[in-house]
Amino acid sequence: MASVGVPLGERPGAWASIRRTWSEVWSDALGRTGVILLVFIAIIAVFGPMFFPFNSADVGKSAQDIFRPPSAQHWLGTDELGRDVFREVLAGAGISLLVGLLATAISILVGAAIGLIAGYRVGWLDSVLMRVTDFFLVIPTLPLVIVLAAVFGQSLGIIILVIGLTGWPGTARIVRSQVLSLRERQFVVRVRSFGASDLRIVGLHILPNVLPLIFANTVLVIAGSILSEATLAFLGLGDPVHVSWGTMLHFAFVSGATGRGAWWYFLPPGIGIVIVVLGFTLAGHTLDRILNPRLRGR
Amino acid sequence: MFRASYLARKGAQLALTLFAVVTFNFLLFRVLPGDPIRLIARAGHLSADEMAQLRATFGLDRPLVVQYGYYLRSLFHGDFGFSITYRRPVSDILAERMVNTAILLGAATVLIVVLGVGIGVIAAARRGSKLDSSSVVTALLFWSLPTFWTGMLLVFLLGVWLHAFPISGITTPGAVYTSTLDRWSDIASHIVLPTITLALVDIGQFVLITRSSLIDVLTEDFILTAKAKGLSRRAVIWKHGVRNALLPVITASALYISLVVGGAIQVETVFSWPGMGRLVYDAVLRRDYPILESCFLIFAVAVILANLASDLMYQVLDPRVREA
Repeated sequence: MASVGVPLGERPGAWASIRRTWSEVWSDALGRTGVILLVFIAIIAVFGPMFFPFNSADVGKSAQDIFRPPSAQHWLGTDELGRDVFREVLAGAGISLLVGLLATAISILVGAAIGLIAGYRVGWLDSVLMRVTDFFLVIPTLPLVIVLAAVFGQSLGIIILVIGLTGWPGTARIVRSQVLSLRERQFVVRVRSFGASDLRIVGLHILPNVLPLIFANTVLVIAGSILSEATLAFLGLGDPVHVSWGTMLHFAFVSGATGRGAWWYFLPPGIGIVIVVLGFTLAGHTLDRILNPRLRGR
Repeated sequence: MFRASYLARKGAQLALTLFAVVTFNFLLFRVLPGDPIRLIARAGHLSADEMAQLRATFGLDRPLVVQYGYYLRSLFHGDFGFSITYRRPVSDILAERMVNTAILLGAATVLIVVLGVGIGVIAAARRGSKLDSSSVVTALLFWSLPTFWTGMLLVFLLGVWLHAFPISGITTPGAVYTSTLDRWSDIASHIVLPTITLALVDIGQFVLITRSSLIDVLTEDFILTAKAKGLSRRAVIWKHGVRNALLPVITASALYISLVVGGAIQVETVFSWPGMGRLVYDAVLRRDYPILESCFLIFAVAVILANLASDLMYQVLDPRVREA
């Protein structure tokens, strides 16, 4: 890190370091697999519904139309209402991704802000913030999320908020420990002796140096958020209007698709979740190894 | 073994956290939309007088602070309220369900820790081999599986398709047992699939943590010394390496407990295992708030206590942190 201390925008090597990180990820077998899986899912989520639009009111006309195995007409068969599973899976991709990404954005913003403040302002504020963080770390996440979603309702917005506002403590801890070590580094001490304000030091000198770490963490948190959404939806707490992969699995479960052997109904959404979570996990794992100073050289 | 000041600080922290959880729980369920009295009187029409009377009976006409006092007093007496859907005291229901969850999580935890640490050690000992890299990939893959979906998959493959194991409940409905052993073997066959599901999904992190921790330890000087003394490879790895590598594993097990509680909710739902997790699922569907509230409290307290236990265990096992 030769250019440490120069703000990100003015740093001559900002683009170069992004390119270097990218080529390191791409040259890693696991990282490359993750990126390919994610591109695959992104294509499905964006172009799938364009070519195969899904209408949740488009149900079967008779009892013959429900739980039909895959055929030329219905590539992945039909569900318990006689709807086309293939189109439903394509539509679900976008909802699952949307919730995962937005919830993660909230988690990262809250976590990074708390981590930055706690790490920089050592003292009572740090202790208070870390107590709160530890409190949220020890509370079991899934029961908390279930209770919050059950209390506040089942719209997409609530689900995003609930997952986002419970997913930040890990990020806060990681960012804080990095800031703690940065604030004692020579370049920060030097800028401070020039009389730079705290806001300037944090914004221009510390934040750019924690950003890579935050980025690697973000990718891992997305995987967790998508899993949380799927689990919530599976337990019947999803948004009934916007069908995600988790919601599909909820209806597959309560309509007894596993007992009927209707594999075409519960396999595709589950495989979708696994692909997207695995993609983010592999990419995040690789990024973390490259960008996390503690793991470098392992 | 422990310094008095350390124990005092831990005790104070525990009390503060428990207090925060209880208060959080109280407030959360008081901001609920809807009027609990209306919920009770769902069908019939009530006059304003009768409503007021019911309100007074449940203490809902008192200020929030007084209600909080009532709440704390009830908790201390083991009174978790009354379930509207089961028409029974919540504490009775919880007492039945907790045992079943404990059996399931106990079985799964033993399997996960033994296999996870074992595989992690083998992978680290053969670092860079095919076995090592494939164990890492497999661990990441299994970590990405949603627990509930893995359960559905096993129900389909091993239950519906192969008829190898029962897929629902804790015992065979209507079964008559000739002996206690008979009954336990029935439970054992029912526990197989839920346990495997939990193990598959949660084993990965133990593999990864054990592996990376042991890889670190194996670079230390005392390992070189042990090798130089002419100890066998096995002795170096297990007696000198693994012992020291287990510390981060203990820290991680605190996180595991938080995770496995979530796993129990999913697995019990899929396999209709009559424990706390299934209770939560049913309570969510029927919006039985007294049950939901109590289950959350118990899960939270269990995880907090487990965290404390892992902290204390760390202190016992690593003399270096005892001073801190």
